Amino acid sequence: MKMTGAQALIKSLEMEGVEVMFGLPGGAILPVYDPLIDSSIRHILVRHEQGAGHMASGYAHVTGRPGVAMVTSGPAATNIVTALCDAYMDSVPMVVITGQVPYAVIGTDAFQECDTVGITMPVTKHNWLITDANDIPRIVREAFHVATTGRPGPVLVDVPKDIANQEMDWYWPESVDLPGYKPTVRGHAKQVKDAARLINQSNRPVIYAGGGILKARAAETLRELAELTGIHVVTTLMARGAFPDDHELCLGMPGMHGNYTAITAMQQADLLIALGSRFDDRVTGKVSAFAPDAKIIHVDIDPAELGKVRRPDVPIVGDCRAVIEELVKAVRTEQHKHGKPDLGEWDAQLTAWRTEHPISYEQQEGDTLKPQYCIEALCANTPDDTIVVSGVGQHQMWTSQLWRFNHPYTWVNSGGLGTMGYAVPAAVGAKVGQPERMVWAVDGDGCFQMTAQELVTAAAERIPVKIAIMNNAYLGMVRQWQELFYEERYSEVYLSPDLPDYVKWAEAMGCVGLRVDTPEDVVPAIEKANQINDRPVVIDFRVDYREKVYPMVPAGASNDDVILGPETDKEAGR
Amino acid sequence: MAMSSSPMLPHHILTVLVENKPGVLSRVAGLFSRRGFNIFSLAVSPTEDERFSRITMVVDAESAPLEQIVKQLNKLIPVIKITELSPTEAVEREMMLVTVKASAELRSHVTELTAIFESKIVDVGYDAMTIMVAGEPDKLDAFSDLVRPFGIVELQRTGRVALPKLARQPVRLRAVKSATRT
Repeated sequence: MKMTGAQALIKSLEMEGVEVMFGLPGGAILPVYDPLIDSSIRHILVRHEQGAGHMASGYAHVTGRPGVAMVTSGPAATNIVTALCDAYMDSVPMVVITGQVPYAVIGTDAFQECDTVGITMPVTKHNWLITDANDIPRIVREAFHVATTGRPGPVLVDVPKDIANQEMDWYWPESVDLPGYKPTVRGHAKQVKDAARLINQSNRPVIYAGGGILKARAAETLRELAELTGIHVVTTLMARGAFPDDHELCLGMPGMHGNYTAITAMQQADLLIALGSRFDDRVTGKVSAFAPDAKIIHVDIDPAELGKVRRPDVPIVGDCRAVIEELVKAVRTEQHKHGKPDLGEWDAQLTAWRTEHPISYEQQEGDTLKPQYCIEALCANTPDDTIVVSGVGQHQMWTSQLWRFNHPYTWVNSGGLGTMGYAVPAAVGAKVGQPERMVWAVDGDGCFQMTAQELVTAAAERIPVKIAIMNNAYLGMVRQWQELFYEERYSEVYLSPDLPDYVKWAEAMGCVGLRVDTPEDVVPAIEKANQINDRPVVIDFRVDYREKVYPMVPAGASNDDVILGPETDKEAGR
Repeated sequence: MAMSSSPMLPHHILTVLVENKPGVLSRVAGLFSRRGFNIFSLAVSPTEDERFSRITMVVDAESAPLEQIVKQLNKLIPVIKITELSPTEAVEREMMLVTVKASAELRSHVTELTAIFESKIVDVGYDAMTIMVAGEPDKLDAFSDLVRPFGIVELQRTGRVALPKLARQPVRLRAVKSATRT
């Protein structure tokens, strides 16, 4: 069957099972937008290409399927670079299609030409410039394969306009042939056995669960391992929800703004079982002082993560779910042979820490509204399986600390890159992926202003997301660092609570806008928002700008030197 | 990617078999700069199989652990195979073109050196000549040291290429084979 490259591209996407894509047309991609009219694929027209990328990311987070975005050449391609880098850092499967000037004029500085493949090389798992329409089905197939297998990540396919117009003979490749790409899925049997032995010999073990658990869809297997061994689990920022917060073995989030118990348990552990986590600097603090007595079992599908930061005693390359399943069997054998190690003393210690140092804040009647109170109220007044999306900064950390995540894939945020403005578009993508679920974004006022225009997209497409702005009139996290580490010299962090007027802005974008100034109004506003299902809702929570995120391990400091709150903060002379 | 001429620091030779496709070198070079690894020298050439090219690179073992460099390289989709060659287990060769100041009265001295090094004079001018030296990298270093007093006008080296030394086991069989070959 003869068809154009553009038709072949859309047909290839259909063959890959794409149901939704996010994008914005323009000159070079015009030929591909034409056959889209006749396609079964739903296209969501964004207001800025970065939004298309983050929507694809939000969609991928909550569905496990690759998010797809399509934009034109030049400025559109550069606009989506942030979203690509974000997805690359957080291993989110995404396929981005960009238009390109005709192949014949590449290199002449043509209108809206840019070296998209060159620019995106360091922020994609792989990318392709198509030079012949006959390659389109093969390359699309390869693109989806690379994005979704191994350590997932974003890929990009650059399609020159003349290639999209070129005629080709349709075919669909049976399989993918990439001789240089063979991810290891099964863990090495001997290594698994060694790991099981180590687990069964440790008295102060901690499971250090990372985002890889979610990518491998291994939440249930993780639970099986934890319950079998009785080992407590910390869930990193990227793994919140991978293990239920209400489970007695859950210690919550470790790291720079983790809770005292999670941080200290890792510090004092004699064994860390790192599953799909990558010893990020936000988790380890000063690496040389991190978990000094711990032996390390490190399971990751990306061999380059093993030994990148901390040398593991037992490295295992493989898919988290496959490896944990084997590990469960091997641990059972060990327990059968040697019995279970006694974790009683360690468990008692963990319980003591938890009681002694819970995450705390105070909301007094008549006092200024506390952001933490708003977030807790939101958690308490929404369904258990609500999807929560956040931007980057204080509000993100409070949400991660205070929300009770009891289901996987209910937490969507920008971890590695820390992309402000992620929340609104990612929430839109998440709601498209899970239309039956309630989707709330907890956003900061600074973040909101970066990508709020995507609420126009949401209103136009009837995607009823709900946004809770923690409006403290500051770039709060920067303010916190300036207060603690720059002698309260506040440089360029004030934003104003009233400019813009968030309620009017929301309404101008076709959303319902609400404002909350006092603790008493918090729950009624949330309840009102929950009942609106025909358009997006924005609540402007006017919160106390003085609130800081605690605990905190200052950048570059050891995790032993965690600041618990304003009191210890003063003791430390800060 | 920082390029330095002489690998005095601890170094490793990697031969990287890659798909012969546009942009592959750029992916490899980009990876090195993004991850903060250093390259001393780099040589790229087609192989006996036209689908593949071979990149021979000498990397600085102090900028990053070799293991991490190899693992990151392996993640590049067009990279098929990476072999690390330790200098003792490889044959390494490099070629150099050097233009040396050589007025009529000094010309014979340079010619003599060229002969000793089994090198070749490839161009002669009124007061300079260009010599091609090929061989082990040490030999190239020695030659450039010796001609430096005459005055080096320009010097260019290709960067080394390397292949693993052939196994000599079992001893007897191989000995017969290599004897017949030479």
